[in-house]
Amino acid sequence: MSRELFKFKGGVHPPEHKAESNGQPIHPPPLPRKLVIPLRQHIGNPAKPVVSVGDHVKKGQMIAEADGYISTAVHASSSGIVTAIDMQPVPHISGLPDLCITLETDGRDEWIPHDPLDYQAMAPADLRMRLRDMGLAGLGGAVFPSAVKLDPGAAQTFPTLIINGGECEPWITCDDVLMRHHADETLQGVAIMRHLLGSTEILIGIEDNKPEAIAAMQAAAAKVDFAVEVVMVPARYPGGGAKQMIQTLTGKQVPSGKLSNDIGIQVFNVGTTYALARAVHHGEPLISRLVTVTGHVLRPQNVEVLIGTPMHTLITLAGERDGTTGVLMGGPMMGVPMPNLDVPVVKATNCILVKSAELFPPLPKALPCIRCTRCADACPAELQPQELYRFAKAADFGRAQEYHLFDCIECGCCSYVCPSHIPLVDFYRYAKGEIWAREKEKRAADLARERHEFRLFRQEREKKEKAEKLAAKAQAKRAELAAAPAAEGAAASAADAKKALIAAALARAQAKKAEVTPKNVDHLPPDTQHEIEEIEARRAKIRELARKPLEPEDKP
Amino acid sequence: MVGIAVAIGLVLGWSAIRFKVEGNPLAEKIDAILPQTQCGQCGFPGCRPYAEAIAKGEADINQCPPGGEEGVKKLADLLGIEPKSLDETHGTPKPKSVAFIDEQLCIGCTLCIQACPVDAISGAAKQMHTIIASECTGCELCLPPCPVDCISMVPIAEDLPHWKWKHPVIMMKQVSAGAGA
Repeated sequence: MSRELFKFKGGVHPPEHKAESNGQPIHPPPLPRKLVIPLRQHIGNPAKPVVSVGDHVKKGQMIAEADGYISTAVHASSSGIVTAIDMQPVPHISGLPDLCITLETDGRDEWIPHDPLDYQAMAPADLRMRLRDMGLAGLGGAVFPSAVKLDPGAAQTFPTLIINGGECEPWITCDDVLMRHHADETLQGVAIMRHLLGSTEILIGIEDNKPEAIAAMQAAAAKVDFAVEVVMVPARYPGGGAKQMIQTLTGKQVPSGKLSNDIGIQVFNVGTTYALARAVHHGEPLISRLVTVTGHVLRPQNVEVLIGTPMHTLITLAGERDGTTGVLMGGPMMGVPMPNLDVPVVKATNCILVKSAELFPPLPKALPCIRCTRCADACPAELQPQELYRFAKAADFGRAQEYHLFDCIECGCCSYVCPSHIPLVDFYRYAKGEIWAREKEKRAADLARERHEFRLFRQEREKKEKAEKLAAKAQAKRAELAAAPAAEGAAASAADAKKALIAAALARAQAKKAEVTPKNVDHLPPDTQHEIEEIEARRAKIRELARKPLEPEDKP
Repeated sequence: MVGIAVAIGLVLGWSAIRFKVEGNPLAEKIDAILPQTQCGQCGFPGCRPYAEAIAKGEADINQCPPGGEEGVKKLADLLGIEPKSLDETHGTPKPKSVAFIDEQLCIGCTLCIQACPVDAISGAAKQMHTIIASECTGCELCLPPCPVDCISMVPIAEDLPHWKWKHPVIMMKQVSAGAGA
């Protein structure tokens, strides 16, 4: 199986550090006392809670439903009682809290009834809705709802399906270990994807630093009844990036501003494929995932982790060591520092990397950019990072966009090679955030303008309608009057007619007033009647007093 | 020569009528920069009238506190004039806020509904009113008419969907003066 491979531009070779954790067996999931399950774990709308505080839930029970098309459900990872639905710290660099459902586990880990799906008999749209309700989302890092990606849409089919087992980021081995231990089930997931997408060419790309995983996947691929090609790709960071994997395997480049869908290719991470097989063949929603716990710990390993497990539980499990200087979620290149260790593992958590001063010495202080363009040589997205840095730093976002800022995949190669140790990616993230915020502001301003203009239009219209109505009424009255006095004699002038009109209106008003009698003073007992009469008398007296001019002796 | 002049004159005259631009394109461009809070702090009844006044040269570019210094700079760029600092007599920039009605206190008088320039308050006479937060521009025009002072401005707190990366602060290494700056 020799396939012509292509080379993407740039990339770096950071030390791999995979051997620390990839030799260990998968540790079964620890069951913590408390699970904190965030509702915003995926891209798109956060899930909407469907349970209340105090409810008893079973393992695998949906606790929050998908809200809209680009969204996915969230499930209880174990059985227990919902103790809170509130804002809790989540694994995000800002340290800001987000809406979470807290479960007090009962230790029984009792499953809700769940059955496999007969996916071949189901309509594709129904199957996708079921997968959305089972909480499936991309486990490679972007956490995009899988049901959406499994919809070929108008194109009807994705000719090429790529299963990404690249796992190029140093330290992380969860995909490697998954392929070694669960190759057959991963291939079952591929079969379901093939069924939904109608793909004819299926490629599984794995970097050549994972020979055991390649062997396991090849053995599994030989057993299935459709053509799958397991391709060994040279290890080079970020070769596991979706766009880089596509280019390596097919030689095609995803055009700027487009998605792989636009060129008929769909890419899934191996973890997602495995989760899909568990969902379809076992009826298990996405309630756990493999997490690499590595770095400055006693026993680096991969753990099957229930979503919502606090990170400190895993670090304790792997053996905490003195001299910890921080924890990253993800790898050293793209990982984000965690504000504290109470935050839960979410669907996006592929690795918990504990840092120490020896493993990750603090970066030397940054020096000014000398425009050496080493970053441009390393950039796999073929950008000019030094220019982007210049524009982002100067808040010249228009120019940054002209230089295709949004093609940046934030892989960190530029920062890695920078001889001045400038945290370049932070600048790009800042610029992207600002541009998004401005676009949002612009949309809000446009909406406000539209609403304001409509309000002015509405006021004008109401004024006009009122004037028209009044004019029509007056016209009708005048016509009526003109007809009536015609009998009495045409001598009545217009002024008289108006006077008559006013007199008539007054008479009507009086009649109306006389008609309305207060209801609550009818049939009163005599003493109450008497009281009322007294009050009325007092009122009359006060009115009399008020009418009188002020006495001169009031003034001193 | 005269023939050509007449022909070109005719073409120009015709195109002036045929391709006449509706409205004032400059005011349109200025209006696009203004923040559309419709707060009237500039002294005009809304962003559009202010934009038209700037276009006619009747108003200065530094009268919009919600637009801030950045707005003034953008207007200066558009008009090709020197930016100036915000005129404080028209107010100072405040953090972005939305109005909030204390529903316990609201008497349902509809005065705030009439004051709202973007129809962001829902309610009816003698019924409780409430702010449609996603439509509120934070103009504060509903505050003065309220007879029971039940409306307050709540600054928009930073939460996850609104969070954005800050400008990185990097410690630059001091290089000795001899090496040149």
